[in-house]
Amino acid sequence: MRAAGLVRRASERVDEGVEQSLPVVAALRPLLPGGCLRRGSTITINANAPGVSAGGGATSLLFAVLAEASAAGSWCAVVGLPQLGLVAAAEAGVAVQRLALVPRPGPDWVDAVGALLDGLDIIAVGTAGGGVAPGLASRIVARVRQRGAVLVAVGPWPGADVALRITGATWHGLGEGVGRLRRREVEVVVTGRGAAARARRARLWLPGQSGVPAPMAPAVTPLTIDRYHAQPERWAS
Amino acid sequence: MRTLMLWCPDWPVTAAGLAEGVDTHAPVAVLHANRVLACSPTARAEGVRRGLRKREAQGRCPHLVVVGHDPGRDARAYEPVVAAVEELTPGVEVIRPGVCAVAARGPVGFYGGEEQAAERLVEHIALQCGVEAQAGIADGTFAALLAARSGQLVPTGATAEFLAGMDVSTLDRPELVDLLRRLGIRTLGDFATLPAGDVLARFGFDAAYAHRLATGRDDRPLAVRTPPPDLVATGEYDPPLERVDMAAFAARALADRLHERLAAHGLAATRLGIEAHTAAGEELHRVWRHDGLLDATALADRVRWQLDGWLTGGGTSATLASRALGSVRARASSGVFRGRLPTRPTAGIDQLRLVPDGLVRCAGMQPGLWGELGEADVRAHRALHRVQGLLGAESIFTGVLGGGRGYAERARLIPWGDERKAVGADQPWPGSLPAPAPATVLTDPTPVTVGTADGSLLTVDERMALSGPPATVVVGRGSGQGGLAGTAMTVTGWAGPWPVDERWWAPDEANRSVRLQLGVDGGCALLIAGRDDTWWLEAIYD
Repeated sequence: MRAAGLVRRASERVDEGVEQSLPVVAALRPLLPGGCLRRGSTITINANAPGVSAGGGATSLLFAVLAEASAAGSWCAVVGLPQLGLVAAAEAGVAVQRLALVPRPGPDWVDAVGALLDGLDIIAVGTAGGGVAPGLASRIVARVRQRGAVLVAVGPWPGADVALRITGATWHGLGEGVGRLRRREVEVVVTGRGAAARARRARLWLPGQSGVPAPMAPAVTPLTIDRYHAQPERWAS
Repeated sequence: MRTLMLWCPDWPVTAAGLAEGVDTHAPVAVLHANRVLACSPTARAEGVRRGLRKREAQGRCPHLVVVGHDPGRDARAYEPVVAAVEELTPGVEVIRPGVCAVAARGPVGFYGGEEQAAERLVEHIALQCGVEAQAGIADGTFAALLAARSGQLVPTGATAEFLAGMDVSTLDRPELVDLLRRLGIRTLGDFATLPAGDVLARFGFDAAYAHRLATGRDDRPLAVRTPPPDLVATGEYDPPLERVDMAAFAARALADRLHERLAAHGLAATRLGIEAHTAAGEELHRVWRHDGLLDATALADRVRWQLDGWLTGGGTSATLASRALGSVRARASSGVFRGRLPTRPTAGIDQLRLVPDGLVRCAGMQPGLWGELGEADVRAHRALHRVQGLLGAESIFTGVLGGGRGYAERARLIPWGDERKAVGADQPWPGSLPAPAPATVLTDPTPVTVGTADGSLLTVDERMALSGPPATVVVGRGSGQGGLAGTAMTVTGWAGPWPVDERWWAPDEANRSVRLQLGVDGGCALLIAGRDDTWWLEAIYD
């Protein structure tokens, strides 16, 4: 019987069934080591579009990271980002009913993150306000490893496993008084430790046509489906 | 069995008077299916009778007030009467709204006589509920009801005699009564003289039972109702509780007691009302909703959060109020907060009451078989409860996407544990923008300065025409501009203006504005709204 090998004995440990990774949208798979979010890892998201410190796409990238796992049933939490656009999160594919928000954790944020790590799969922390002390960070990271969660820091975080950085972004669809924002082309650079040590770079639509992050085939020039599209610019870098 | 019957005459009319304020001293008739079901004494004096058609009744009494029949209203209005009777004697059977029976033995023994007992009960009902009632005592329910109608106390053993003179129609079996009439049997006495065996053989079981009633041998015991259990947990504190930790400790014990009491009845509460009274007579009342079931810890937590804001006054309650102003307002309007949001009380708490509400049969919590509420969800819920316990009630939220034109109003934050209800998601919202949505929505819109190419400020006229193509944006200094404050940016592309005209019918809440999407250098895009000659940064396409 072929099926006999698939049936496991009840006495076997159930730990083996727990996935060691969480799924991630197709657009981000080439960027992350193993094409998934490894449990116990720490990811930072930063954006430094030239000249501006906000609006570079970090929040959209956070939604892209959360989307697939959240849709698959994982619980996510976002701590310390009070201005999250939930409509955009839902459009990106995040299940908002499983997204817990702690907009203003106050001075007890470490305790809150610790409690959330015990029960949730992905915890995103906004650290843009000020840096996290390395000692504190390593304590939290140890807890992340122990509980098998994924920590996503939006902003600086010392010693992250994977660092996602948006190095450029262009919106498409907006003209001189015509059209509307349709989609954004971003370039993401990944650095990190271990499997992610070799820096990689990829372009993706973030958000794509309907809000969902979409991969961009490198050889294909961006589509100009509607006449309002501005001519896409090549990256100067 | 000696039965004491309490009968409120014309109950449907009285109930209409109690519930809907109908003047029962005027001619009133309660109609069901176009027939008069009950009428007030005044209407009866004018010739209105039970069973008349509406038109006929109005013909006899032109100023007749007509009320529709509502069995629910009758039953609701009767509940206080039953409660009043229960105060004096246990074991009440409600025959129908307006009529209830008690076993006579208890009250007669206690009050020292049938007359005294009947008088005491009638008086108590009149005092408690302002309702007129008549009492009657006889052997058996049937005879007692007839006795109550005429207000008689039939002596023991004289029931058959009392019934003998009654008309057969009192049996309330129209077919049998019609048959008996045609056989020349007109009173219960005549019917009772027939041999029981022959009645059974000739007319069947129901007639045999009616025969037993007619002979005064109604020995059916009363089906007494069980009064609803008192589930409210009350704690009195002397000396009054002054500090939150003392109150939380007291609340914990109270919550345990309530939980135990609920569990004993096999119930669980989905809502919890917490009432706190201070020694100075102030009162704080709030209802906590919960989508799951509240256990003892959850109960205690809610008491703590509620009292925390109140007792510490100043800091915590102010931040609580300002953070959750939206939800607080919504609750206040739905009447959950009694009175205004309280400030710090002037005295300690001397009484706490936990009032369970929304009771459901507790079948025990069982994890879902196919993942309705699986292990992961339970784990997550527990973690979220922990965080709520750490940071306070209004600190952890989940979002609900509803309808709306602006992005801030489309996403509502619901404190963890509260009911998640989306509002207006299925309705059209002309003026709302299509996808993609901005990833950063400012909690407090920041004023921006938008300039045109010739250096003047951008304005929009009544015909939705811009004064010129926008060329520069400077974000003002606000609390939530996401690090853009003070930077001057060049506009590379723009679209709009799109008008939003909300609630124009209510001048105080009206919102007339226009919105623009601006693409600025550096690959950033902004959503700005123009209102009263000022531009506000609403969201960043982050």
